[in-house]
Amino acid sequence: MPPLPAMPAMPPAFSAGDTAWVMISAALVMLMIPGLALFYGGMVRAKSALNMLMMSISCLAVVTVVWLLYGYSLAFGPDAYGGLIGTLKYAGMDGIGVHNLSGSVPTLVFASFQLMFAAITTALLSGSIADRAKFGSWLVFVAAWATAVYFPVAHWVFDSNGGHGGWIVDHLHTLDLAGGTAVEINSGASGLALALVLGKRIGFKRDPMRPHSLPLVVLGGGLLWFGWFGFNAGSALTSGGLAGVAFFNTQVAGAAGVLGWLAVEKRRDGHATTLGAVSGAVAGLVGITPACGSVNPLGALLIGALAGVACSYAVGLKFRFGYDDSLDVAGVHGVGGIVGTLLIGVLATAAVTGHARGLAFGGGFAQLGRQAVAVVAVGAYAFVVTWLIAKGIDRWIGFRVSRDDELAGLDLLLHGESAYDIGTHTAGIGHRIIGGHGHHPGGAADTQVVASSKGESVSATIRP
Amino acid sequence: MRLITAVIKPFKLDDVKAALETLGVHGLTVSEASGYGRQGGHTEVYRGAEYQVDLVPKLRVEVVCDDDDADDLIDAIVAASRTGKIGDGKVWSVPVETLVRVRTGERGTAAI
Repeated sequence: MPPLPAMPAMPPAFSAGDTAWVMISAALVMLMIPGLALFYGGMVRAKSALNMLMMSISCLAVVTVVWLLYGYSLAFGPDAYGGLIGTLKYAGMDGIGVHNLSGSVPTLVFASFQLMFAAITTALLSGSIADRAKFGSWLVFVAAWATAVYFPVAHWVFDSNGGHGGWIVDHLHTLDLAGGTAVEINSGASGLALALVLGKRIGFKRDPMRPHSLPLVVLGGGLLWFGWFGFNAGSALTSGGLAGVAFFNTQVAGAAGVLGWLAVEKRRDGHATTLGAVSGAVAGLVGITPACGSVNPLGALLIGALAGVACSYAVGLKFRFGYDDSLDVAGVHGVGGIVGTLLIGVLATAAVTGHARGLAFGGGFAQLGRQAVAVVAVGAYAFVVTWLIAKGIDRWIGFRVSRDDELAGLDLLLHGESAYDIGTHTAGIGHRIIGGHGHHPGGAADTQVVASSKGESVSATIRP
Repeated sequence: MRLITAVIKPFKLDDVKAALETLGVHGLTVSEASGYGRQGGHTEVYRGAEYQVDLVPKLRVEVVCDDDDADDLIDAIVAASRTGKIGDGKVWSVPVETLVRVRTGERGTAAI
């Protein structure tokens, strides 16, 4: 074997075990994005299913680019003022090389992990405006929202820097390991604002808008649960005991969420539903996200069950108050995030945190107060700024498709595709290849698909 | 000749098929259908929101037969598909002018 090239020696704080775990966790969180796409995609009607998938997948693309250009620096660069925002020192990942460490892991590994958080949090918002947003406007919104809402809030909550980082983590000392505020309440409040600006789907509260594929919802929810181990236990940023507690608590809360939601459904609606089981899992996992590194497993059981119960009621509020948060971003992520973040103030135990204690463990109301301030600050900031961004985009280029387009479905109109062609023997009948680079070199120039721009029908006729 | 059309509950297909076979019917067409009559629809619940589903899934069974056999076949289908509960479906027949067996070109009752 030829000798290996000399590797640069890592600084003494470097930990191979931590690095391996955070890299795996980053990849696990990345998997949550296609998971979310399927979870949401299965819940909408078949005519707009692909658009729902694309809203999630596009976040992975757009947020990655803005993250590398300036997002990482705004969130984790040196604090510019008062723990509110980072500077642009690391714009373009400038000056971050092989040797730079964040804690015990290479900075680029830490930046990859945090990038996935930014992408999935942005993707979460898409559920509130299912079936009615222009795709181009969504892409603009994604970049603007990540910039004006996610990056600052991530700085507040995640940039722990020995008293010189974000104001929520370093000054207020709120406990939020994996983002009950920065991810869940942030996306919930923003989703509510977005749903209010875009308005209700045509037929909201009148037409059945049944999920078109519950098996897809289960698949997506399963991927979310799997990825959540990286999301929560990876947030320890080390591969030790804290990650272990977070990992176990994550599993417990997901399970309790399922049971909590199903119990309400069985009593209230008469049936324990598949959609309820998966929604309950997500609610429980949302609830434990901030708390996974602060409570013991019995605390996680309580938080998961309460989040499942609370969210199963909260998803009905949109019908009572008449806002169309279509896939319950506020109802599940907002409410579940509030439950988990506040309950840290009750259930935090020094046996896990090492210092901070909640009300139930003799800590008084101090921690609960810190948690409440963070909940209100993140929720209010996210709601107001998202509302302004969405209004601005709506005025500027329009955010919502036309009435006819919405009724016909977004897939054909926006993406030129349809999700399904599944008649066993009739699929593909009446379709012909008429062009495209893959099939007919040179054939595309003088042919055109006769398709209604309204997406009403597609005929595969050639018009020479 | 007559075309008998029966709209039945999907789980009754095997019974109807068996009843027709005992009467010497050796060909029929089945397709999925949905609709509503006195049964109305049913409700489904998604995340606590109740939806009224108006169209109920049914099967449509079609048989072409000789005029003389029509009443017997209709009676057999009705007997085989009845549960006595609402939503059992309907059976009707209409006259058929022309019938051709595609493979041989036979026409009329010879093509049944």
